[in-house]
Amino acid sequence: MGELSETALRAEALESLLVEKGLLSESEIDQTIEFYNERVGPMNGARMVARAWVDPSFRQRLLADSTAAVAEFEFVGGEVQKLVVVENTDTVHNMVVCTLCSCYPWAVLGLPPKWYKDPAYRSRSVREPRAVLTEFGVELPAGREVRVWDSSAEVRYMVLPQRPAGTEGKSESELAELVSRDSMIGVAVL
Amino acid sequence: MDGIHDLGGKRGYGAIDQVTGAPFAQRWEGAVFTMTRTARSCGALQNTDQFRFAVERIDPVAYLTHGYYGRWLGAVESLLVEARVITSEELTARVVAGGGDPSALVAARPDPELGPIAAESAEGARRSPTQPARFQVGQRVRTARHASHGHTRLPAYARDRGGIIRALHDSWVLPDTNAHGEGECPSHLYTVEFTGAELWGNDAEAATSVCLDLFEPYLSALDVEEARDG
Repeated sequence: MGELSETALRAEALESLLVEKGLLSESEIDQTIEFYNERVGPMNGARMVARAWVDPSFRQRLLADSTAAVAEFEFVGGEVQKLVVVENTDTVHNMVVCTLCSCYPWAVLGLPPKWYKDPAYRSRSVREPRAVLTEFGVELPAGREVRVWDSSAEVRYMVLPQRPAGTEGKSESELAELVSRDSMIGVAVL
Repeated sequence: MDGIHDLGGKRGYGAIDQVTGAPFAQRWEGAVFTMTRTARSCGALQNTDQFRFAVERIDPVAYLTHGYYGRWLGAVESLLVEARVITSEELTARVVAGGGDPSALVAARPDPELGPIAAESAEGARRSPTQPARFQVGQRVRTARHASHGHTRLPAYARDRGGIIRALHDSWVLPDTNAHGEGECPSHLYTVEFTGAELWGNDAEAATSVCLDLFEPYLSALDVEEARDG
């Protein structure tokens, strides 16, 4: 905690220096925090997943050209220059990581959770994805392949999870509520 | 750069701490996030690759202990000092005035040899290709063995490994040169799939693979003919 608070003090000192030089304003910071804490988040991705579950032609468009399909929604913030949605099936389970930094599809999932940026997830996901999935409580059926997407360039990845059984009667918006952030990173199944 | 950031496959980091909260747990984290835009608007930061390289060259102990926004703070401070927007001394003086410990570990590692680089030629990282793509989907390729002194997006664990091209993703600025202001060098980008066994040998888990997005200069053809068994 000592180091954390020293880091916070240094950040605050830099902030005051930049404000004094007229390069940064307090309101700019408040707006940024409000925007990312309140307005951008995994609800965007969840809406895409739910639509893909109920609308086969959207699902097809989403998998064929995810960047174009996301433009059908009017999401704000977080640039995605190219989005690729990868589909979980009865034969393949997908999960997403960025081992070199912490690349993440901001526009559809918001800012990443802390664990996604921590060394443990970044180091282990590519080497022992099955052990990582077990740690997240995911039990895959025998024989299911695991494919890990290490986001090493500007393409951003999101997982299209499988629709849970027993949800046939649910509406698109009810389905969207079932879709967790972790299922779209690939560390949960629904 | 063979730095602490290149974490893929490393051992020893233990269990994943799954606790989750707001994107900005504390105000200073949002402040640091916003300061990356300040660095951009005053010219200290020109592109994402330059920023990633600035993160990679912070103090390695701080990289592991100061958290994500602590790493960003180190990068922003380095870039602002290198661009002569601030000095390390005036910042440390302010830290001390605010009750901080002058001997605390500082993440920033400004390099006196470095300074502002040229602005991007266009917004974003996608660029028109200057040459046709060398590889096709289904082709076997091998990654380079090189260990770059500077920025690269070829992780160490995937060096000198054989994989199969799964997708082509247009043409983009090459991070290896762009990070250093040495030109955008538009390069084709490919998704390459590597089996767990190819990456980790006997240590691999069964039926796993890793897909990486790799720039054409990192790749060479492995077979003369296209692989059919992909």
